[in-house]
Amino acid sequence: MTTPLVEMRDMQKSFGGIKAVDHVTIDLYPGEVVGVLGHNGAGKSVLMKMLSGALPRDGGEIFINGKKAVINNPRDARNHQIETIYQYLALADNLDAASNLFLGRELTTPLGFVDDALMEAETRKIMKRLNPNFRRFHTPVAGLSGGQRQSVAIARAVYFNAKILIMDEPTAALGVQETRMVAELIEQLKSEGIGIFLIDHDIHQVKAMCDRANVMKNGQLVGTVKVADVSEDDLLGMIIAGKCPPNGIPGPGAIQFA
Amino acid sequence: MTETSPVASAPAKPRNFFAALELDTRLIGMIGAFIVICLIFNFLTDGRFMTPRNLFNLSIQTASVAIMATGMVFVIVTRNIDLSVGSLLATCSAMMAMMQTVVTPEWLGLGLNHPLTMPIAILVGVMTGLVIGAFQGWLIGYLTIPAFIVTLGGFLVWRNVSWHLTKGQTIGPLDANFQLFGGINGTLGEFWSWIIAAIAIMASFYALFRSRRNKVLHEFPVKPVWAEVIIGLIIAGAIAGFVAVLNAYEIPTARLQRMFEARGEIMPEGLVQGYGLPISVLVLIVIAITMTVIAQRTRLGRYIFATGGNPEAAALAGINTRLLTVKIFAIMGVLCAISAVVASSRQTFHSNDIGTLDELRVIAAAVIGGTALAGGMGTIYGAILGALIMQSLQSGMAMVGVDAPYQNMVVGSVLVLAVFIDIVYRRRTGDKT
Repeated sequence: MTTPLVEMRDMQKSFGGIKAVDHVTIDLYPGEVVGVLGHNGAGKSVLMKMLSGALPRDGGEIFINGKKAVINNPRDARNHQIETIYQYLALADNLDAASNLFLGRELTTPLGFVDDALMEAETRKIMKRLNPNFRRFHTPVAGLSGGQRQSVAIARAVYFNAKILIMDEPTAALGVQETRMVAELIEQLKSEGIGIFLIDHDIHQVKAMCDRANVMKNGQLVGTVKVADVSEDDLLGMIIAGKCPPNGIPGPGAIQFA
Repeated sequence: MTETSPVASAPAKPRNFFAALELDTRLIGMIGAFIVICLIFNFLTDGRFMTPRNLFNLSIQTASVAIMATGMVFVIVTRNIDLSVGSLLATCSAMMAMMQTVVTPEWLGLGLNHPLTMPIAILVGVMTGLVIGAFQGWLIGYLTIPAFIVTLGGFLVWRNVSWHLTKGQTIGPLDANFQLFGGINGTLGEFWSWIIAAIAIMASFYALFRSRRNKVLHEFPVKPVWAEVIIGLIIAGAIAGFVAVLNAYEIPTARLQRMFEARGEIMPEGLVQGYGLPISVLVLIVIAITMTVIAQRTRLGRYIFATGGNPEAAALAGINTRLLTVKIFAIMGVLCAISAVVASSRQTFHSNDIGTLDELRVIAAAVIGGTALAGGMGTIYGAILGALIMQSLQSGMAMVGVDAPYQNMVVGSVLVLAVFIDIVYRRRTGDKT
């Protein structure tokens, strides 16, 4: 078996007395889409934020390509080619698409000034590939539709050659057409060998897009299943009751049957 | 895409003459407001408002507040506030006053009006502003004390540190070279003013050319050539006109005679000389350009606006927003020090009440200039124009003979009105922020 692209071992995080993430171990292989499911407050977003460097972890280890990785802030994560597409669209509303795409990694002229023209040209190139209808390069992204904004966020991940992509409900704010665009994009990225963690509520979405799924409940891992082997009802059972189906690998959070 | 707007950002054919110029409507509006104010006061004062003399005075009166207002733009854009600028100005001014009246002449034994006094005093003043500003920024960024509280404390602390440094005395007269920054005591004269104007015009032509060439290089849509030419001519006309006005303010004959005598020369009969560009205004112009470049062309500026627009997104993009806060307040501190040079040398001495209420003028200038307190929006030129509009209202009313309390009532109302107009403008243009 090949080494996993990402392995998060025994991850822990508490807020006050509440264990938001309680000894969770999951992994991700290249070219794979792995769902992270659960109710609101199950700990899935917190788990992913520890991988993206947005939250410091209390315990646990992260391995990238079998090597132990130090991820303490978003910059560290980016250096490991981990990119995140957030649920609440982490864009600066007052800046235009190019400024957002390159935020924190601006292209500069030899004198060290930001090269807006070059960044706009690069943005036009990548948007042509991802979302050919995108034309509003000069308006602040506040004026864009949900799908246009999401395509800016995805373009950011694609442009910087993400190897590991974390998508936090990427289609929550989108219409049917736009959701399909994102789904196609995920297929494309997958075929390029990128590993994707997909956080989602939507069981249909998970069934359609994911290869494997991890279900969390109350901060604990209920189990990991191959999506093709289980029904939507099985997944729902895991999310609601914490019941791991027989063909899944149960985690510490699965309810024990006597 | 369900909502892809068919309105492309690259219109093939501009609809009309003004659209082709791609002018900044907000800038036009503010210049329009300034011109209206000038015309009204000119009418009320029987033509005394728009004389070279008054416009010259207006420019040197505006300089101190305008310099600080450029820094306040960064502070407000990142959703902070700085209430301590007037007090910080006083502390910097006190430091510099003590440097040039006590430390350099007595402790260092350089005597009065030594050529080194001015640079040493300014360096010490700027360092004072930098350190105090950075310290306040550290309290705000790293210790997460709200900016309002830190600078409200600073407002009291630095005002009285200034009092302590001078034992409450008025310190003066200041060093002769230092006084060159005060306005009327330090101007470039007609010849050098024209040289500066020529450099400024050439630089703006070059900037226009560069920006156009860059767009063509990346195959972006460009304005028609005639539109670029018209804009170039407007800029050149504005620069030349400004310098012409300052040069038209003539040095009184008696004063000119003294200046020649001081140099040991005899003044030719009937010689007329204009004051030209005041050094304080030149300082303001250099700061305005520097701050605009920082805002638009550097990572620092990009991060300032990104943080103001969405602090969380900025942090997730790997921007160190805490250090950024320190940098912004350090810049503000340095600008307070430079303002202190201009303000104290203008009155030729340091007084205890120097910079009193400046924090409010500076914040008002930035806000009238279109800086949104909600963060993320603001321009340097807007803040300077805001300072100019406020100053022209104030001096205009003084010339008309409005009593000081009524002046403040008008200025206060104008501030509120300006922000309301700005809100309406943004709603109309669909700017959500």
